[in-house]
Amino acid sequence: MVNEPVIEIQDMTKVYQMGDIKVHALRGVSLEIQKGEYVAIMGASGSGKSTLMNMIGLLDRPTSGTYKIRGVESSKLSKGQLADLRNQEIGFVFQRFNLLPRISAQRQVELPLFYAGVTSRKSREMARAALERVGLGDRTHHRPDELSGGQQQRVAIARALVNQPSLLLADEPTGALDSQTSLEVMALFEELHAQGLTVVMVTHDPLVAGRAKRVVTLSDGKIVSDKANGHHLNLAAWEAAYENH
Amino acid sequence: MKIIRYLQVALESITAHKLRAILTMLGIIIGVAAVLVTMGIGRGAAANITARIESQGTNLLTINPGASSVGGIRGDSGSAGTLTLKDAHDLMNKDIHPAISYVAPEYSANAQLVYSDTNVRESVVGVTTDYAIVRNLIIASGEFLTPEQVESQSQVVVLGSVLAADLFDNENPVGLSLRINGQPFQVIGVLEETGGFGRNTPDEKAFIPIGIAQGRLFNAPRYRGDYTITTLNISAAGSGQVESAEKQAEMTLRLNHNLTADQDNDFNVFNQASLLETASDIAATLTIFLGAIGAVSLVVGGIGIMNIMLVSVTERTREIGLRKAIGAHDNDILMQFLVEALVLCFLGGLIGVGLAYGLAAIFAQIPAFTFTVLIQPDALALALGFSLISGLVFGIYPALRATRLDPIEALRSE
Repeated sequence: MVNEPVIEIQDMTKVYQMGDIKVHALRGVSLEIQKGEYVAIMGASGSGKSTLMNMIGLLDRPTSGTYKIRGVESSKLSKGQLADLRNQEIGFVFQRFNLLPRISAQRQVELPLFYAGVTSRKSREMARAALERVGLGDRTHHRPDELSGGQQQRVAIARALVNQPSLLLADEPTGALDSQTSLEVMALFEELHAQGLTVVMVTHDPLVAGRAKRVVTLSDGKIVSDKANGHHLNLAAWEAAYENH
Repeated sequence: MKIIRYLQVALESITAHKLRAILTMLGIIIGVAAVLVTMGIGRGAAANITARIESQGTNLLTINPGASSVGGIRGDSGSAGTLTLKDAHDLMNKDIHPAISYVAPEYSANAQLVYSDTNVRESVVGVTTDYAIVRNLIIASGEFLTPEQVESQSQVVVLGSVLAADLFDNENPVGLSLRINGQPFQVIGVLEETGGFGRNTPDEKAFIPIGIAQGRLFNAPRYRGDYTITTLNISAAGSGQVESAEKQAEMTLRLNHNLTADQDNDFNVFNQASLLETASDIAATLTIFLGAIGAVSLVVGGIGIMNIMLVSVTERTREIGLRKAIGAHDNDILMQFLVEALVLCFLGGLIGVGLAYGLAAIFAQIPAFTFTVLIQPDALALALGFSLISGLVFGIYPALRATRLDPIEALRSE
């Protein structure tokens, strides 16, 4: 693997003030993720994994510590610069898809391009290409209520990919899907990873995390384990386990 | 152009929520229609009143005899009896009275008019040929009194439209004869209906040469050897000269009547222009009043927009969160909601304009409604402008609320 870090986190802490109580969501996290990695971030609820995801996604600012995305130090950036960085560098995939109601798949995928200021003709082409990449080239004019859950999530993935981000950030991407559809979506993530995309996935499901190449586990605001995943190569056994669980 | 794309996003959102959009617009639709129709009614009424007054002659001055004053005791108005034909002839001198273009004396009294077995008592007015010009009378059939007929005191009569219909039913009266106080008169013309109102309407009067009225028919009193007249109608040379005409006439009449500086006029001057001015003042007040009522409903409509936009912001919290996550700046969100409110208001305004025209068309079909609802360009601009402004004013708060949403919270919301 080339040494080209996409994410560099140093001693990150996050303290929330909830009334009189201080909640330490992150207690000194350091994490480096290289280009092309496929990382799962695991942990029980309350472990700080959602906070870490918000930090990686530039949706929140740490209390202390530094975060560089593709070498850009984020702590001194303005709100608008952070929005631009999210738009250019990060593709978000959410558990509940977060598609806009009653708007065609094509227009959903064009949305990040609108905020990037891409001309409408070019954005139409790019959105079509992204939908084809996730296997929905024939569904461009369908609205969310005309698509299955798996298809909706694939529209959301196309939307995440359309700006050619350096990082695909997925938050429980299979949480709202049945197991068969989950497998399809997981396969899509693996395919994108194989094409060289950096994928970071937050999940509490060990079977989903098991598909990643590297698993980072959080507990009580700290990283308690960070190891490469070598034992998932027997895909057939894995899928059998997934189906049964 | 980014604004075009905001418009596109707004239209997308509006078409995605048609029912909500219509409910949002309803207040503005009704408000704009209310402003246009109420102002239209005010203006229609004003135009109607003005037209009726103008039908009696725009540059018209009427002079009536004043009250007699003998030994400090004032008599009734019109009792002075000092206004004579000589006054009228003197006022016709254009060198002294350049602001006066026509002078038409009249002598009127009530008389019995009889045709076959129909018998009415109406005002019979002795006039000259110029009377038709000064009073804006239009002949419907036949002709008005000619100068020769006036000069020779022919026993001919011109009838007002209502009077003609009363006496002759469906017959064409021109060429027929009737009797006025027992004397035969030949009908030579019938006037068109003026629609004027008050006791001055010519529709119910009969017009004969002034000499007969003063002499044979009514035996008018004389003043210093001249026949008196009941009214002096004067037409000013232009609408800007009504006041000068009034001054010039007043000067000559005071001289003719030997009035000294400390004596009051023994005549009264009525100015049609000032009546018109008063009427249009009243109409303008009425229009503003009605427009204000409409404007209140427009404000209420604007508040309705704010209400539904606020609900819409709450309802679309996740959408806002998503847009922010994928790179929308605060400005983008602000513009999105603001443009959406503006588009809603403008569309509502346009529909309201359509509704107002529809209502105006319906009013036009109601016979009891004697005037048209006048929707004029400035009222249109006002109503549409006001709806845009209310979109801006009432859209900005919900848009700011949307802008302030924290994307993490927004994405987490149900």
